Amino acid sequence: MTTILQPDHVTIPGVSEPAKSRATRRVRGLSDRAIAWLFVAPTIALLLAINIFPLVWMIRLSFTSLNLSMSYLPLRFVGLDNFTDILTDEDVWFRLQTTAQFVISSVALQVVIGFGLALLINRQFRGHSFWTTMILLPMMLSPAVVGNFWTLLFQPQIGPFNYLISLFTGVPPSSFSMTGEVALAPWTIVLVDTWMWAPYVMLICLAGLRSIPDYIYEAAEVDRASAWRQFWSITLPMTVPFLMLAVLFRAIENFKMFDMVNLLTSGGPGSTTELVSITLKRAAFEKWRTGYSSALAIILFVTVFGAANIYVKVLNKVKQR
Amino acid sequence: MTAAIAKSTAHSIVESTPRAKAVAGSLVILYAVITILPLVWIVATAFKSQSDAIAYPPKVLFQPTLEGYVNLFTVRTRQTPDFIAKLPPPETWYDKLVRQHDMVIAGPSKVVPRFVNSLIIGFGSTFLAVFLGTLAAYAFSRFRIPLADDLLFFILSTRMMPPVAVAIPIYLMYRQLNLTDTRLGMILLYTAVNVSLAVWLLKGFIDEIPREYEEAALVDGYTRLQALRKVVLPQAVTGIAATAIFCLIFSWNEYAFAVLLTSGEAQTMPPFIPFIIGEGGQDWPAVAAATTLFVVPIVLFTVLLRKHLLRGITFGAVRK
Repeated sequence: MTTILQPDHVTIPGVSEPAKSRATRRVRGLSDRAIAWLFVAPTIALLLAINIFPLVWMIRLSFTSLNLSMSYLPLRFVGLDNFTDILTDEDVWFRLQTTAQFVISSVALQVVIGFGLALLINRQFRGHSFWTTMILLPMMLSPAVVGNFWTLLFQPQIGPFNYLISLFTGVPPSSFSMTGEVALAPWTIVLVDTWMWAPYVMLICLAGLRSIPDYIYEAAEVDRASAWRQFWSITLPMTVPFLMLAVLFRAIENFKMFDMVNLLTSGGPGSTTELVSITLKRAAFEKWRTGYSSALAIILFVTVFGAANIYVKVLNKVKQR
Repeated sequence: MTAAIAKSTAHSIVESTPRAKAVAGSLVILYAVITILPLVWIVATAFKSQSDAIAYPPKVLFQPTLEGYVNLFTVRTRQTPDFIAKLPPPETWYDKLVRQHDMVIAGPSKVVPRFVNSLIIGFGSTFLAVFLGTLAAYAFSRFRIPLADDLLFFILSTRMMPPVAVAIPIYLMYRQLNLTDTRLGMILLYTAVNVSLAVWLLKGFIDEIPREYEEAALVDGYTRLQALRKVVLPQAVTGIAATAIFCLIFSWNEYAFAVLLTSGEAQTMPPFIPFIIGEGGQDWPAVAAATTLFVVPIVLFTVLLRKHLLRGITFGAVRK
């Protein structure tokens, strides 16, 4: 790799050719090639040690029947058994379905609220910058610590959430439990996730809205385009790349979701909010089925990696604008 | 909702009418207030007594007390009133507060060591990630590196992996290396996660520094390293600081790795806070006190970071 490293040749405006060649000649110390290698190597080495080496190890384990609670058993290779077990297991498919429902509904809600808020904030009313910061706060906080606290807010008897709902609707506060009911729990995690992450979509949409130059709207005014028309043919199309970026990022993050849900419902009641990350944690760190959970982890890796690929492509497209 | 906004823009899209501004403003403020309510409730609960915290209906007005904070920092044992009556008078205000509930302080709780762990692991991993990230970002920004795009994608993709999945092999590896439940192990792990963000963010910041400055320094006889230290780094200070804060926030908030890979020695605050237990379940005022103390630095950092927030959360993809 080192042999093909080259210094980047750029033409410097205002610097004459002789001066430039003098510059290259007079550079002392390490060569650019050596520096480039020295600077990138530690990062790559760390990632190889902490991410790639364990990943390769895990791929090996995924073909074994290793169970850490019975690690006295000799390591037995079982071929693709773990993978066929997982992919033919109805429960796993249910968990994936639960995860997909969570991802789709939370991201959709965040897009609607986030985009709406961005449109409103873009009106530049007085004090908009202060209130924007207030709205952004939840997404900077620890999902685990905050998720834990929401369990108090959602307590059927003593929690202020149920109390507020009953104030507005008249439903007795102890008659429902946001985290304990099969019908409500999936919406509860969507609600808390949206509370945390709608600001994220908002912030990115706001950047999109602000990237639209005023003269486009002025030209539309001259052409007597209706406000409705302006929204559909200027505002929306020009914010879509930003929106897509936000959607993909949120989708990946929510697919991996563990912390907030683990503390809020720990997958319950029953398994109504058991996302794949929680299934994986149970298999790996409670049942200690290392071989099986390695295989499941690899399936998740592949899924996320595919999504990440799309993500980076969109990301580059947005960058080009 | 959008229709109403679009209609109001008919006046002029560039500058909204005062009425449109007022409507937009009140809607946003309403949303902001609703959003902040849970956080206000946390801060308030920290100043409630045990019984006020779990009262029905929920108490908005209450007699503030520091019990929650005292309970957070101490371990207490219940004693008979006779025993307490025989004790010498309480020396401090918190001794007095605890004795009102027929208890005596048995010692400090684990919150301080956990907080220290959070600080050491947070700052340690941030320093390493920013250091490595700055070097790599400079190289990616200034030199032609073969397969640079692939390498950058590889660096980013390591962050896309579900933490629970990453934790499985890390757990096995750390067991072999005796790194389980050590600060060093957590620092290395968080550094690996943070370095991807650091490289992407810092590359963006360094890209924005004109190359001409360095080229001029090289002409003046600086070596590359001198030019980096004396020309590029001073220009990149704001970007490096913003990146550092983002890394710090990640390490500070991280839960999945912490709960799966630490149990005592190296445990940080996030897995610790949910297990602050009093007599009969979670001690909510103490949990709220811990949450408040844990969250306040992040709120301050968020305000500091405002200008760079967008960049940080999109890996430098969107800049203002």
